[in-house]
Amino acid sequence: MSEYNFAYLDEQTKRMIRRAILKGLAIPGYQVPFASREMPMPYGWGTGGVQVSAAALTPDDTLKVIDQGADDTTNAVSIRKFFQRTAGVATTEETEQASIIQTRHRIPEATLREDQILVYQVPIPEPLRFLEPRETETRKMHSLEEYGLMHVKLYEDISQHGQIATSYAYPVKVEGRYVMDPSPIPKFDNPKLEMAAIQLFGAGREQRIYAVPPYTQVVSLDFEDYPFEPTKADHACDLCAAADSYLDEVIMDDAGGRMFVCSDTDYCRSRRAAGHVGRLGTEAPLSTGPEAA
Amino acid sequence: MHPLLQVNNIRKMYGARIGCTDVSFDLFPGEVMGIVGESGSGKSTLLNCLAGHLDTDGGEVIFDTRDRGPVDTLTMSEPERRMLGRTDWAFVHQHARDGLRMSVSAGGNIGERLMAVGGRHYGDIRASAVDWLDRVEIEENRVDDRPSAFSGGMQQRLQIARNLVTGPRLVFMDEPTGGLDVSVQARLLDLLRGLVREMGLSAIIVTHDLAVVRLLADRLMVMKSGHVVETGLTDQVLDDPQHAYTQLLVSSVLQV
Amino acid sequence: MLPSHAPMIDIRDVSKSFTLHNQGSATIPVMQGATLAVGPGECVGLVGASGAGKSTLMRLIYGNYLAASGQILIGGLDVVRAEPRQILELRRKTLGYVSQFLRVVPRVSTLDVVAEPLLAVDTPLDLARDRAASLLAELNIPERLWSLSPTTFSGGEQQRVNIARGFAYDYPAMLLDEPTASLDARNRATVLGLIGAAKARGAAIIGIFHDEAARDQVCDRFIDVSAFAPRAAA
Repeated sequence: MSEYNFAYLDEQTKRMIRRAILKGLAIPGYQVPFASREMPMPYGWGTGGVQVSAAALTPDDTLKVIDQGADDTTNAVSIRKFFQRTAGVATTEETEQASIIQTRHRIPEATLREDQILVYQVPIPEPLRFLEPRETETRKMHSLEEYGLMHVKLYEDISQHGQIATSYAYPVKVEGRYVMDPSPIPKFDNPKLEMAAIQLFGAGREQRIYAVPPYTQVVSLDFEDYPFEPTKADHACDLCAAADSYLDEVIMDDAGGRMFVCSDTDYCRSRRAAGHVGRLGTEAPLSTGPEAA
Repeated sequence: MHPLLQVNNIRKMYGARIGCTDVSFDLFPGEVMGIVGESGSGKSTLLNCLAGHLDTDGGEVIFDTRDRGPVDTLTMSEPERRMLGRTDWAFVHQHARDGLRMSVSAGGNIGERLMAVGGRHYGDIRASAVDWLDRVEIEENRVDDRPSAFSGGMQQRLQIARNLVTGPRLVFMDEPTGGLDVSVQARLLDLLRGLVREMGLSAIIVTHDLAVVRLLADRLMVMKSGHVVETGLTDQVLDDPQHAYTQLLVSSVLQV
Repeated sequence: MLPSHAPMIDIRDVSKSFTLHNQGSATIPVMQGATLAVGPGECVGLVGASGAGKSTLMRLIYGNYLAASGQILIGGLDVVRAEPRQILELRRKTLGYVSQFLRVVPRVSTLDVVAEPLLAVDTPLDLARDRAASLLAELNIPERLWSLSPTTFSGGEQQRVNIARGFAYDYPAMLLDEPTASLDARNRATVLGLIGAAKARGAAIIGIFHDEAARDQVCDRFIDVSAFAPRAAA
């Protein structure tokens, strides 16, 4: 343990990141530049989220790490191990028990509380990048609230697909001011962005941190005649029978057999523990998720 | 009648070199002014100063805004100036790709200004886009195609539609027919002429093509080395030029 | 407003010279002391040898050439000193000009070429086209040609389109440069009829006619522009 400073980063770096976090919380949805550090993992593996988590962690915290809703995929496991080793904090797979949850591409199904922090890993923080490659110009557009371009993107969606086909990283307007990329969460999760917990977003390669404070208004952009709709597969979970959770489709065999299961493995496990049984489920709770090799 | 635009003593220096200097004129509603001169005469510099694309070294560009009356756009706040650029002002670039989003469909290109000023009804925006494609003589079924699939003339017409959709009152045009075939130019000129009259547009057109200004412009400003050397009614300046440089310019045109 | 007895076209002591800056700055005086007035309903013919300055005077009146001195008052506006937009307004509402050559934008139909002066004063499109159609019919332009651009027409046809355009709107003052040249007898009679009708409604007209019979039929008096030639001593 002693060969690492707590949570890997040195104290000066954590202070710098905390200042960026506080600024982000003070200006909801605004992308705060920060001096992203080299981390012992490649870009794209959550270096932004890891730095934000490292700056937010205290020795008393309990950490949960999920990747696409699952606690047991490579990315989640390696980040959890990283903090076990460098910070020595307690870890958990139960949403309820966690004080800090680092996530890639999902918001947990369970309602989060005021004493929890949700840290997102963000690949591309700039929602306007799709149509405007110049950083100088996108910054100006944010500062002057020139957001017509976001609707051009949605217009293109409808004209090409007959509906707003953007199904993840669906742009939102935060507290009536900044347009923000909520990271590649499914748009099913967008309504949950208005929550009691603190939400922090870290983009390591792009060197940006932004935040949504508790109980902040977060509105998904849309057209009057094509309103925003949070969508999911039209099934119930085949393991726990949940009809209200976001589902992953799992191909079972070469004959087209497939099943739908909760992407939030903890949610599914806890429902089965409480006795809910889906179409293909078994009475006894499984010890691992369906994707486990 | 009040001038729509009052330009007073605009000056732009590039170091010690003059970009343009001592330029003053009034532009009235519905008036089309041509600025002619050879390359390097300062006409494009002037246009970019007027449109706020270049910082000036002195002068005023007073625009008669809808809500506040005459305001010097050079001292306007940037948000206000950019808003003007999306609503009452339009800028048609010589190269359509400078004025279009090449990765966005024709409909999205036309709709952008509507969405920028708060348009939030897809059906209405698309209907406007289709209407404008028709007005610039592009088939309705091209509405979802990207401009990269269009010919040069079509791209230029699309750029015009994209600019005029919000009903601007003042249009800046920088060599709008440059780089197009002669037959394509004629069609574009005819289109512009019709739109200018229908919409009562005021326009400032920079070009080196005297045939273009004869067809489009009510009056002319002739520039040389950053200075205005002659102004007047278009046909008078072209048929009875007073300044040595204008005489040279007019006599240099090949007669067909 | 003008007093009712004032001439519609009032030209006072106008001079004109051309300075050729690129040919040793030679200054060529072409007109001096030009003075004439035309009242409503009057048609004045300009006469004088070829090169005496008939066309130059017409161009000065229309604002196409810039006078060096003097006054050219049309309906009270001094063309010599007016702003471009005032001259354009004058050309839209007050002063018509039928030149010898048709100058139009390619692609515009003949019907719309003729209707354009009416559209420029905000006449509704259907009314403007009706008037254009009746003029074209009167001037024997076959109806099948109306939807085509006149750029491809024969010289005679272009001339008649040009006349139809010039008479589409009822200008209070008109300049006619050889309106009957190259017309056959039937069309010539039609044009003379149009001129007569314009006089009857009170238009003040200045014309150049080489066709003596036509000249005598419509002109009330003649002005010899040779009198405005610059004196050699000047």
